[in-house]
Amino acid sequence: MSPVELVAEDGMIAPGAAPGALDIRGLTVSYGERPAVFSVDASFAEGAMTAIVGPNGAGKSTLLKAVLGIVKPLSGAVSVFGKPFAATRSRVAYVPQRASVDWDFPTRVIDVVLMGLYRELGLLSRLRASDKARAEKCLERVGMSDFAGRQIGQLSGGQQQRVFLARALAQGADLYLLDEPFAGVDAATEKAIIDVLKSLKAQGKTVIAVHHDLSTVAEYFDEIFMINVRKMAHGPVREAFTAESLQNTYGGRLAATQIDQLTLSAG
Amino acid sequence: MLLDALTLQLGYNATLVAVGATLLGISAGVTGTFLFLRKRALVSDAISHATLPGVGLAFIVMVLLGGDGRSLPGLMLGSALSAWVGLLAVQWLTERTRLAEDAAIGSVLSVFFGFGIVLLTVIQNMSSGRQAGLEGFLLGSTAGMLFSEAAIIAAGGALSLALVLLLRRPMTMVAFDPGFSASAGIDLRRIDLAMMGLVLAVTVVGLKIVGLILIVALLIIPPVTARFWTNRTDGVVALSGLIGGVSGYVGAAISASAPALPTGPIIVLVAFALFALSLLGSPQRGVLAAWTRHRAFQRRVHLRQGLLALASGQPIYEKLTLRLLQRADLVRPDGVATEAGQARAEKALLDETRWDVLRRSASLEGTAAFYDGLTRIEDVVTPDQLDEIDAAIAAGAEASS
Repeated sequence: MSPVELVAEDGMIAPGAAPGALDIRGLTVSYGERPAVFSVDASFAEGAMTAIVGPNGAGKSTLLKAVLGIVKPLSGAVSVFGKPFAATRSRVAYVPQRASVDWDFPTRVIDVVLMGLYRELGLLSRLRASDKARAEKCLERVGMSDFAGRQIGQLSGGQQQRVFLARALAQGADLYLLDEPFAGVDAATEKAIIDVLKSLKAQGKTVIAVHHDLSTVAEYFDEIFMINVRKMAHGPVREAFTAESLQNTYGGRLAATQIDQLTLSAG
Repeated sequence: MLLDALTLQLGYNATLVAVGATLLGISAGVTGTFLFLRKRALVSDAISHATLPGVGLAFIVMVLLGGDGRSLPGLMLGSALSAWVGLLAVQWLTERTRLAEDAAIGSVLSVFFGFGIVLLTVIQNMSSGRQAGLEGFLLGSTAGMLFSEAAIIAAGGALSLALVLLLRRPMTMVAFDPGFSASAGIDLRRIDLAMMGLVLAVTVVGLKIVGLILIVALLIIPPVTARFWTNRTDGVVALSGLIGGVSGYVGAAISASAPALPTGPIIVLVAFALFALSLLGSPQRGVLAAWTRHRAFQRRVHLRQGLLALASGQPIYEKLTLRLLQRADLVRPDGVATEAGQARAEKALLDETRWDVLRRSASLEGTAAFYDGLTRIEDVVTPDQLDEIDAAIAAGAEASS
């Protein structure tokens, strides 16, 4: 574990350590007086595809939110491509949990995707045809072209998730943070999403996704980050996804037989 | 008389009030839309009640300074300041204590309002306060409105409208998805405070016309009404402004057309009438449409269940089912299936068998999720796939015979 002293005052990583896509040092986030994430150090290399895995309430979503500045950490520093997040915001895309918004909101699919262009559009500039074309292209990548004009409340859960992914694609980022992108989606959507994520990886983008399905970790991701308030393991799936780290992360929640099956499929 | 009022033929004061009420209605409708979308409509109630102490204190200060305590700009400034304090109190209680927002709103609203009433009573007993007429701010009072007052209302309404339109993009994003908006660099606190500040401005502007108790209605009813007719944010904003403006105009006209009709409450009732019409009549979200849709769906279910019962020779006990089958000439009054009924029943049974095959087929596994007892299998598989399914059924029948 890298010592906290590596961090310079302003949150930059001290010279000597090559910056990754995302570097987290000594990050603690607390709701009230109960830390949800405690003293986490991690470095996510550029171009890697990482699953963040852990039991319910282990701080997976909180970790992402702290990185994105949505919740304020109690201590620690985050840097994105070697700079504080506020300076590299435009290189980061975010897919929140689908259930975090009200899908009866009066808006259409294409309008949600266009929200991904907010940083470029700002307050006043009018939408140009090229902006719309870009949003439509993103919908096409997730197989939702036919739904551009639909009210978002008419979509199935899987379709909603794909719209969120299209909005993230519209952000044109280099680092993608996804919170449970596969939660409660149909098989076709799961495949569509993983195809997009793999194509992002092929373009050299960095993908970090909170993931709940241990049985698909090895198939979908090449790195795994295991967390239960503290970091439990981090590394290539083949090395870090072990019976021991599973037992550490999940405690008694996973039966020994389940662990055997999971690590077998990973190996 | 009402026609005269609607065409602004009722004289100077009535025209001033109508123009002021229209502008107020538009800006309240547009501003209120974002409050409604952010699901914080009730905060406006706290803001409006928190204006009252400011009105009283401003009056006292102006009198002590030797001026006329009734000057509208002075009263508006005072009410804005105390409403701002009330807003910050709600914000602070919600963020920094364990009180939930509804409890914070309730506490701030009642305490500020109570304090305001005490001040008003004190002013009533001051020698210079007898004719103050400050209680007009509770429900609005438009009699004897001055041109300068109407001009202030118009300018304030127009300014807040312009600011809302300027901030509509970030306000929409924050209302829909605060987490994503924060990650994209929008400062949630600032946008929320700006939104509340605009609501506050509209409230203060509206004090003279509708009063602090009813201004909430003009902020909330128009967007809620507009939502019945459109699924787009821009649509709700525009329609809500229109509904607010029409309510203000028509309400002011009606109240001018007869003596002793209060302007503010009439405006609110006009807005409510539009709301009631929308609630009943909206084709997508209205109560009548929902009821008709539910009935139609219920009939489909009963008919389908009845046909399947006929096919398997089971007796039908449900009265509604029997009635529907009889009305469609599928069953005779004695409960025996007609020829058409027999044919439809066999088709229903065939469809169920087809779904069974589909469910077991490896290649069509995904399609099985469409089964809900009502969806036509022809709508979810291609004709070729249907032929395959029928072939499988035939093969199965041969094997078992």
